[in-house]
Amino acid sequence: MDGLTFAVQLLNGVQYGLVLFLVASGLTLVFGILGVINLAHGAFYMLGAYLAYWIAAMTGSFWAALLGSVGISFVLGLALENVFIKRMYGRDHLAQVLLSFGMILVIDEIRQILFGKDVHSVAPPAWLSGSIKLTDVLSYPVYRLALCGFCLVMAIAIFYVIQRTRIGMVIRAGAENREMTRSLGIPFDTVNRFVFASGIALAALGGAVVAPVSTVFPGMGDSMLILSFVVVVLGGIGSVSGAAIGALLIGLTDTFGKVFFPQISSILIYVLMAGILLWRPNGILGKREV
Amino acid sequence: MTSKLQKLFVPLALLFAAIALPLLVPTYYVQLASKMLLMGMLAMALNLVVGFGGLVSMCHAAFFGLAGYVLALTSPEGQAASVWLSLPITMAVCGVAAAIIGGLSLRTKGVYFIMVTLAFGEMLFYLFHDTKIGGGSDGMYIYFKPEVMLGKWQLIDLDKVSTFYFVTLLCVLLTIWLLRTLVNAPFGHALAAARDNERRSISLGFPVFTVRLLAFVISGILAGVAGYFSAAQFGFVAPQLLGWHLSATVLVMVVLGGMRSVTGPLIGAAVIIGLEEVLKSSTEHWKLIYGLIVIFIVFALPGGVQQLSSMIFGRKADAPKPGTDVWKGARSMQEVANV
Amino acid sequence: MSENGIALRAHELEKRFGGLKAVSNVSLDVRTGEIHAVIGPNGAGKSTLINLLSGDLPVTSGTITLGASDITTLGASRRGLAGVGRSYQKTTIFQTSTVFENVRLSAQARSGHALRMFGNVRDDETVNKRADDALQQTGLTARAQTRANLLSHGEQRQLEIAMVLATDPQLILLDEPLAGMGQSEAKRMINLIKGLKVGRAVLLVEHDMDAVFALADRLTVMADGQVIASGVPDYVRSHPTVRSAYLGHDDPGSLPGSQHGDAA
Repeated sequence: MDGLTFAVQLLNGVQYGLVLFLVASGLTLVFGILGVINLAHGAFYMLGAYLAYWIAAMTGSFWAALLGSVGISFVLGLALENVFIKRMYGRDHLAQVLLSFGMILVIDEIRQILFGKDVHSVAPPAWLSGSIKLTDVLSYPVYRLALCGFCLVMAIAIFYVIQRTRIGMVIRAGAENREMTRSLGIPFDTVNRFVFASGIALAALGGAVVAPVSTVFPGMGDSMLILSFVVVVLGGIGSVSGAAIGALLIGLTDTFGKVFFPQISSILIYVLMAGILLWRPNGILGKREV
Repeated sequence: MTSKLQKLFVPLALLFAAIALPLLVPTYYVQLASKMLLMGMLAMALNLVVGFGGLVSMCHAAFFGLAGYVLALTSPEGQAASVWLSLPITMAVCGVAAAIIGGLSLRTKGVYFIMVTLAFGEMLFYLFHDTKIGGGSDGMYIYFKPEVMLGKWQLIDLDKVSTFYFVTLLCVLLTIWLLRTLVNAPFGHALAAARDNERRSISLGFPVFTVRLLAFVISGILAGVAGYFSAAQFGFVAPQLLGWHLSATVLVMVVLGGMRSVTGPLIGAAVIIGLEEVLKSSTEHWKLIYGLIVIFIVFALPGGVQQLSSMIFGRKADAPKPGTDVWKGARSMQEVANV
Repeated sequence: MSENGIALRAHELEKRFGGLKAVSNVSLDVRTGEIHAVIGPNGAGKSTLINLLSGDLPVTSGTITLGASDITTLGASRRGLAGVGRSYQKTTIFQTSTVFENVRLSAQARSGHALRMFGNVRDDETVNKRADDALQQTGLTARAQTRANLLSHGEQRQLEIAMVLATDPQLILLDEPLAGMGQSEAKRMINLIKGLKVGRAVLLVEHDMDAVFALADRLTVMADGQVIASGVPDYVRSHPTVRSAYLGHDDPGSLPGSQHGDAA
């Protein structure tokens, strides 16, 4: 393949990886900090996309769709944490798995009732809907570039919040030692609620921003869920930087895999995961020794 | 003498009822019972790893579905497969798959294990969905049930609904016998020890990885046998059979039926399938209700049916002990109500 | 193993975590029929050392020999099979099983058919007898059918010792066995430990100095990951480096009697 096509695919891979990072970071935060495994994470990604489509269809505004979808998901997250999730802290993983499975079934069916099984698309905002001409026949959509930029900005924002702000410090402290921080008078319940809501809002955001480049369809949550898990396993639970590396690895593998080995590209991801786990059972950036 | 007879009474009564079933209910329910038995077998197999091993595996549906595909692929064009050939091949394939997936996944712990098994299950899903091996997303038909021949004589006619039912009943009884033997033997105790305190088990000298891998492989093979007959019954295999939603559903059956007994999951399977039957026929959006029930089970009934029965009958909850359990589970919703 | 033969030899052990040297150049011998105690202030590397010996942590360099065999590269479970038994600082038992089952499992591990897939464990006479013997030796026979998590703290620590005994080890590693015990429980435990050394080698890590001096045939003092003195108790007690490490001043008396002594 020539240099230009390679560059295009590289860009696609990076873009995919960045969206994946956005979604997976939410998963790794919820898991790393709250200790809760949430299989419904993919369902929120799907929900974000469907909400974006719905709001865009109603209001005609892409930005309203984006903000609305994330806002609704965040509020939903606060409610869910208060009703269900907070009862799952400290319970065994099997219970968490089953709870999130139940949630997926409910969310899926609600989506079915509200939006049906149809496949939809969302139009990007007008100023981002063009393409950059690369050659006579090849042009690259501006929106995809904007998407890369946006996800990059979000990634930096996430890192900044976690590493540099007081709230980030509280969150990290809580992940290390919940009892200790509670005794320091920090309102843990509020922090946990915020973290969970942020986690799924990130998933919904991923779904909303990706809607213009891929279709909005019922099964989109499932494939994103598994991939987010692979990213988290690769990068190590709770590690946002690990998720970044894992996401880029997966994004590039999947994109180039689809080009060179279309039939087995999905399988390639799992082969990659198997290989890395043989080398590092706790993920690339996970803890080495117990 | 009396208490031993008492202990055997319920299981024997259930066994008798199970054998008499084809004479008592219409064909549709016999088929449903076969389905319950096979799912029960899958759930019991999974429970060796989840309940006794303490490992939440999310890929067992993959072994179940894989077996169906092996049957479809070993069925010669326009003919039935021979059970003597296709069943051992299926078991071998599932065993190897379980050995590889288990060998890799067991290097991880806790949540990583859950996610890794989930991912490997999906890998097998994509293997059949994206490639041409098994007809892609359309799946494959199994037009002829496998035949059980000795020379030119047909030993067992699997086309007959009641015969098929008895074969599945036999499979379930063998599974129960095998699992009980394993669980009561040193092997089962070592597995439970690793679950209860891995560090101490290692320190004592138990080869924890090996025990778990063996349990995983045995479990995978049993899941494969269940999948083989299930595919034979259904006549069709599709990638969905390997999907993690089925794996999660089997986990629900395990939890609902009771993780500490060998036969508990069989009850769980019967209940869930019965529930699905009832729900599917009442509303189009049965998944919503089913999802709510799953959530309810997680919060109100983590101990499953056994917890429910001790709530109703006021029995004290026993300390978990491998091997002591109801010898047989119920076969239908009616029997569950009587337990 | 001959009487007072060396059951365990650790030679120039080093353990590094990244740039941090938790243990460096530690060598010691534990003889059969002896209790060898390892003491030192917090952070001295005692826990790391015992983890290296039990196989719970791999060494960075150095060798560990059990009897005539080099066990340096063996993992914890292989060392368990080779004859290394260990109690943990945090009680590590099967909480939901009965006392008898705990000990029976331990005996099963070394029975040669630990993973046999047939035959009811109830019928294994040899294993059951070993379990009964271990319970008798630790005075827990009366509690055999009690669930482990219903035992008192002291009884649970006794149980852990019983489990180790049931594996018939050549070497026993005890990690702060008296932790969290009251006076009478501690006394009982000290007597129990005293009996352990018959025909076996015992390495004891402890903070309780009364126990240490009641039990130790040999003493090693560690500080900052290194051995600062090793030998018979009297020799170690009068060793100037030891005194300054513990006390920070010259005191011809003995080492502090408890961890709340007048350490600097």
